[in-house]
Amino acid sequence: MKFGEWNGFNGGEWQSGINVRDFIVRNYTPYTGSEDFLSGATARTEAMRKRLRDLLEEERKNGGVLDIDTETVSSVCAYKPGYVDKDNELIVGLQTDAPLKRGVHPFGGIRMARAACSAYGYTLSQRIEDFFTYRTTHNDGVFRVYTDEMKAARHCALLTGLPDAYGRGRIIGDYRRVALYGLDVLINEKQKDKAALAGNDMTVDNIRLEEELFEQIAFLKKLGEMASSYGCDISRPASDTREAIQWTYFAYLAANKEQNGAAMSFGRTSTFFDIYAERDLRNGRYDESGIQELFDDLVIKLRLARHLRTPEYNELFGGDPMWITESIGGTGEDNRTLVTKSSYRMLNTLYNLGPAPEPNLTVLWSSRLPLSFKRFCAKVSVDTDAIQYENDDLMRGIYGDDYAIACCVSAMKVGKQMQFFGARANLAKLLLLALNGGTDSTSGTVIGPQMPVIGGDVLCWNEVKERFGIYLSWLCRLYVNTMNSIHYMHDKYAYEKTQMALHDTQVERMMAFGVAGLSVLADSLSAIKYAKVSPVRDESGLISDFVTEGDFPKFGNDDDRVDSIAHDILHDVHEELKKTPAYRGAKHTLSALTITSNVMYGKKTGATPDGRKKGEPFAPGANPMHNRESCGAAASLNSVSKLSYCDAQDGISNTFSIIPDAIGRTADERVSNLVDLLDGYFGNGAHHLNVNVMNRDTLLDAYDHPEKYPNLTIRVSGYAVNFAKLSREQQREVIMRTFHTSV
Amino acid sequence: MSTGRIHSIQSFGTVDGPGVRAVVFMQGCPLRCVCCHNPETWSFSGGEETTAEQLCARLLRYRGYFGTRGGVTVSGGEPLLQAEFVRGLFALLKRHGINTALDTSGCTPEKAETLLEVTDLVLLDIKYTDPDSYLRYTGCKMEKPLRFLELAQRTGTPVWIRQVIIPGLNDTEESAKRLAQLKKDFGCIERIELLPFRKLCTEKYLSMGIPFPLENTPEPASELMERLKTAADAD
Repeated sequence: MKFGEWNGFNGGEWQSGINVRDFIVRNYTPYTGSEDFLSGATARTEAMRKRLRDLLEEERKNGGVLDIDTETVSSVCAYKPGYVDKDNELIVGLQTDAPLKRGVHPFGGIRMARAACSAYGYTLSQRIEDFFTYRTTHNDGVFRVYTDEMKAARHCALLTGLPDAYGRGRIIGDYRRVALYGLDVLINEKQKDKAALAGNDMTVDNIRLEEELFEQIAFLKKLGEMASSYGCDISRPASDTREAIQWTYFAYLAANKEQNGAAMSFGRTSTFFDIYAERDLRNGRYDESGIQELFDDLVIKLRLARHLRTPEYNELFGGDPMWITESIGGTGEDNRTLVTKSSYRMLNTLYNLGPAPEPNLTVLWSSRLPLSFKRFCAKVSVDTDAIQYENDDLMRGIYGDDYAIACCVSAMKVGKQMQFFGARANLAKLLLLALNGGTDSTSGTVIGPQMPVIGGDVLCWNEVKERFGIYLSWLCRLYVNTMNSIHYMHDKYAYEKTQMALHDTQVERMMAFGVAGLSVLADSLSAIKYAKVSPVRDESGLISDFVTEGDFPKFGNDDDRVDSIAHDILHDVHEELKKTPAYRGAKHTLSALTITSNVMYGKKTGATPDGRKKGEPFAPGANPMHNRESCGAAASLNSVSKLSYCDAQDGISNTFSIIPDAIGRTADERVSNLVDLLDGYFGNGAHHLNVNVMNRDTLLDAYDHPEKYPNLTIRVSGYAVNFAKLSREQQREVIMRTFHTSV
Repeated sequence: MSTGRIHSIQSFGTVDGPGVRAVVFMQGCPLRCVCCHNPETWSFSGGEETTAEQLCARLLRYRGYFGTRGGVTVSGGEPLLQAEFVRGLFALLKRHGINTALDTSGCTPEKAETLLEVTDLVLLDIKYTDPDSYLRYTGCKMEKPLRFLELAQRTGTPVWIRQVIIPGLNDTEESAKRLAQLKKDFGCIERIELLPFRKLCTEKYLSMGIPFPLENTPEPASELMERLKTAADAD
């Protein structure tokens, strides 16, 4: 293949087949310098930023949703072009015809679409309602095949958040392909793939793939039409930085118009864009400020992305998230850093546009990252609390050097792997179910193997362990079978046509299972093993509470006695899951990640042997339970880093909060110390860290929601206190003081 | 094998010496400073008994976080009361290439000399700069920390002078200037850190059932801190 748009690029394999990685490796310019070259916001960007702020303010005032188009079924070409400020936008394209107006996506489930409209005072149009009386949705399909046991597991919240009524998400199209090759090449390649399938026997697998390819090709064409409506011809490759960003964004936008996926991540684009930026800077087409403007404008668009969701969904995944995750940095397989100037430019949007949760900027941390980049990331964390870190040295060995993060912690090779998202199982509840011999004490649901309530005045470690093993085997098989049902139906009724068109035809699939309540279970088992736990039985004979006497090792203190329990739980769950085959030959993966659902899981779970009361929230993800860490942050990080990524290749999430005073006295020390902390944590083989170096607002939030800040330590005059241990009055005082000194 | 008594370990400290440090709080202190934030470390009988080898092994678990600047700080309580034990610990840590810092009041300089041989940095808490206040508010004579300082000078051990600024007790510019003079007199002093008095320990005193002498003392204003820092840093 040869295009004028490729002039100045080094050739290679990428010219004879779809291979974005090869293009990047042969053409990118590693950058090891400082952030000094960066440009601030231009007057145009400032004006756009103000417009963005006003729009967000209107949305807030309107109860969280600015507007809904209830007449249209959202799809790639369903809306007229929409603009924020047509004359001043550099990157164009909105999900509907107006900013922040949300579309409806009934293919996941009409009930969800209807409920979401009515939650915000809208009514789904009769036309759509009528149409969907004749159209099967993903949700319809799943419930046609769910067994009674699956429904019961879902009902009693043993399995929760399953994508059976909404789009599964966590699929990242390789949106860069559109920029590098243009649609004509992509369509042609897919047509060739389809033709090649014709030689196969028409098995179920082959027929399904044939139909999927038909749809992929149709939606690539729709993507072209959508771009045309904005005046862009994306049938050919992008010719400069603006077009590269625009083409890539169009592809992402089409996916968002087509799918209301739980997490709609962006991929790993910065270093790809940088190749165009370097060429344009060399040719004098843009200066630094002009390049930065393009990144800023892209990020404005990403910050305007929205999906329509129900209040129940928000209860699980709070804050109206989209998980527009962009993965930045990392090291190449040839050991060169993948950091470019555009890695900095992407992070710089947090300064030019102000901090925000989206896009979900994720730094792929490697011991080999240039020191100046490590320091810049740490500075951004201290200043904005907006970025997260994941261990590139750990993931590179499994996913190569062109993977990206979907959602929070799920790595996948861009365009080559996809996952079947599977929410999570409540392990703490499973322990209670096992002790009660197959009755869920909070809901009264009878489920699982039936046996007598565990006997005796004191729980016996060996007996509990054996029984938990029986229930774990049972649940894992049920979990895989439930997921198989869900994803069969999602493929059938809500297939991601645009996103899958931007994958290789022969894609690798992963089925991503999850656990909630890991630290609650680990500490509960530790209590049973090392302290004396006496069950309290209610009138019906079910265990409803526990009396725990004596101390026991708690996860989060670098104590191998309990850390090994936590490690073994993940290992055992993964081994059990693998025993039941997954749909389409998917590889079983596992995560310890709850997002914000740890609160809801806790609400639906009875008292546990670790001393947690009925209804109390779990710690998020793989975090130790709050207020149980008595040896400081490094000990807590050490505990989490002992969980093995081999057992949980869908990610091990840890949320770390520290106040500025506790990370160092001066701005420079904070940056250096945070770099050392990240190097230490990831050097231990840990996977993920959310870093909060908290400002005043965060402290105020901590005052209202202390459960969110388990590690909040403050050091004063050579002495440390845990924020949560202070009296309310003192907390207010600390807020006042930090408030004062941070100005 | 000799053992020591420690109160606790803080695995991630950033304000007791350079970089990220694991901080060991030793059990037992001869002083009763009115501003003390760790009254639970006063008693000689509490805490946990450990050998230097055991403690070293625990601390090495945090070495990944130390980077090129951090290390281990031993604080207290008063580490000099268990100088031999701390010396053993520091010697082991040095063998592993770990930077060692000693956070002390300097009030029992007698056994410190061999300890300083394996100490990379001393954080010396000069609580007051005039002998009367020193004796009155700590119960110790001021010559002791000064003798310790001479020892550090003689052994060539770098020292950071630290002082908690308590309104009404040591918050004068004259006092800060005396610290500056000290820095001129002792070449081993690398820097002076003035720290604002804070009252976060009130709750601890309450729970231990002992009165906190400075309960009604205000925390120093940031303007005052800035002024004193300027005075202390003056050449």
